[in-house]
Amino acid sequence: MTTILPTPPEDPTDPMAKRLKPQLSWQGVFSGVMYFLMYLPILVLTVYSFNESPYSAGWKGFTLTWYAKLFSDYRILEALRTSLLVALVAVAVAAVLGTMVAVGLARYQFWGKRLYLGMSYLPTIVPDIAIAVATLVFLAALAIPLSVWTIVAAHVVFCLAYVAIVVSTRLGDLDPHLEEAALDLGATPLQSFFQVLLPQLAPGILSGCLLAFVLSLDDFLIASFTAGNGATTLPMEIFSRIRTGVKPDVNALSALLISFSAAIALSSEYFRYRSERKKVN
Amino acid sequence: MSQTAVSTQRPSKTDTAYDVELRKVFKVYNGETAVRGVDLQIRSGEFFSILGPSGCGKTTTLRLVAGFETPSAGEVLVRGQSMLTVPPYQRPVNTVFQSYALFGHMTIWDNVAFSLKLKGKTKAELQDRVREALELVKMTSFAHRYPAQLSGGQQQRVALARALVNRPAVLLLDEPLGALDLKLRKEMQVELTSLQQELGMTFVMVTHDQEEALSMSDRIAVMNEGRVEQIGSPSEIYERPRTPFVADFIGETNLFRGRLTQHDRDGLTVVTDAGLQLAVKSQEPWAGGGGGGGDVVVSVRPEKVHVSLYKPEVAANCFEGDLRNIMYLGTHVHYVVELRSGDRVTVMQVNTGGERPKLHVPVYVHWSPVDCLALAA
Repeated sequence: MTTILPTPPEDPTDPMAKRLKPQLSWQGVFSGVMYFLMYLPILVLTVYSFNESPYSAGWKGFTLTWYAKLFSDYRILEALRTSLLVALVAVAVAAVLGTMVAVGLARYQFWGKRLYLGMSYLPTIVPDIAIAVATLVFLAALAIPLSVWTIVAAHVVFCLAYVAIVVSTRLGDLDPHLEEAALDLGATPLQSFFQVLLPQLAPGILSGCLLAFVLSLDDFLIASFTAGNGATTLPMEIFSRIRTGVKPDVNALSALLISFSAAIALSSEYFRYRSERKKVN
Repeated sequence: MSQTAVSTQRPSKTDTAYDVELRKVFKVYNGETAVRGVDLQIRSGEFFSILGPSGCGKTTTLRLVAGFETPSAGEVLVRGQSMLTVPPYQRPVNTVFQSYALFGHMTIWDNVAFSLKLKGKTKAELQDRVREALELVKMTSFAHRYPAQLSGGQQQRVALARALVNRPAVLLLDEPLGALDLKLRKEMQVELTSLQQELGMTFVMVTHDQEEALSMSDRIAVMNEGRVEQIGSPSEIYERPRTPFVADFIGETNLFRGRLTQHDRDGLTVVTDAGLQLAVKSQEPWAGGGGGGGDVVVSVRPEKVHVSLYKPEVAANCFEGDLRNIMYLGTHVHYVVELRSGDRVTVMQVNTGGERPKLHVPVYVHWSPVDCLALAA
């Protein structure tokens, strides 16, 4: 075939990003004070985790003893293992179910859809204590023995809601004709889901999973209500320790947890941001 | 319209060998009827447009052919085969979406190769055909980019290549140029028609832009409120609209509502509701009721109306009025004249450079009885 179309011109390069001049304003000062008050306790905790004094009162000099002690503490490591197990399994289940919820709600029309939509997001609004008590009563009513798996089940509930919300947002930004285009080109519904829709949703699913992972890792209330004998998560371990006074090793543990959570939350934001950028360009 | 003449001369096998055929197709959504008994026969190798205002059911009609919707009643045939039980992924048609719907996680090459990979083509054939399709739309140098790195016009070309690589029996285009700016749209109009002629493929395009439909199509179906109002070549649609809707929707026109008072060999006489007496001499015999009394709409195109400062020496269709508005359009001058009866007549005259009347002066408008059309209301 001969070529009949002229070559389209290249895109012009992006305009330079505008730079804002730093300015001192009362809004800036107010925000600064707000952030200072919000992060001051964390800062204090982090500083004290490097304090040589075991009683947390005055500064006695810099040390890494507490961090070292942490990694040789069997109970802490065991609790960490439980926490990671719960978070990983709960998030894995929630990733599949949450994606299905989001896709199902966006793609199909069915009776009671609005009610279902509201209900699937409810776990993000309902107080944790209500979920915790409700889950405990429910498990007791069905005579299900508490174990590490009951924590997982309870965590799936709220993780699912967060994954569904993030994936729904991503889905709303996608071209509604993507799947039709795949069908049109000869893909079966299953092929069009796995080869076209799922790869496009992947950044949203990943971002939702990381968010859910952090929330599961940090949860104390629901875990402590639904945990069986011997199933102690990291937040539960920390809580049991501070009842006998705040030790510097708990400070160290908390500092680590905060840094880890922040890192995951940031990367979740990064994946979301990158997928947005890709779309806009 | 030389392109029209060439295409209609193309042999179209037999009368039953239409590429797309819709038989009394209805589509009802939640109690609302989007398509009401559409009959279409699209010939092999023709550029067919479905034209209508938004919400007229034109996109639904296209989606019925693509298989994204199933008809509530009626039948859809592609190359003589019923499509009722055939899912979209097994139909011999491909679609260019208005939003392009390119796969953002794949390169341009992979987008175009998508359907061939699914069909399990050999690597050599796949490469040849993808290259050929990209060459056809001049996008070869962009093969390893991602859709987000392309401009709207470039994405449009990729969407076209992706749909053509399959060599479908029919290419469906849903407002393909709707998202492009004016200049690019004009370019793509020319490119799409030459592409269609080169490939000899049947194109079915949905559009709300009457100029686009007139300039690109071999035949046009004008749709309104879920029904096909008229099917014909662009010149038939423009010069011999069969309903008041088509006359009004295609191009600009002056419509006069009235009643038929006389009907004889010399033509029709219509008295409008405002009291004007119009003489109409159609080339085609009047299809409406004979005698007098029928409701009629008379359509006169603005370019057929003449404006003069002095009373012309014609008896029929000459009225006095006030010049209310003048728009200078370069090649043309556009006038609005308010007649004594209160009717407003728009006039389009070629700018010949002579003396132009001033605003608010009394003028005469007139047109020939053969230049107007009477349509049953």
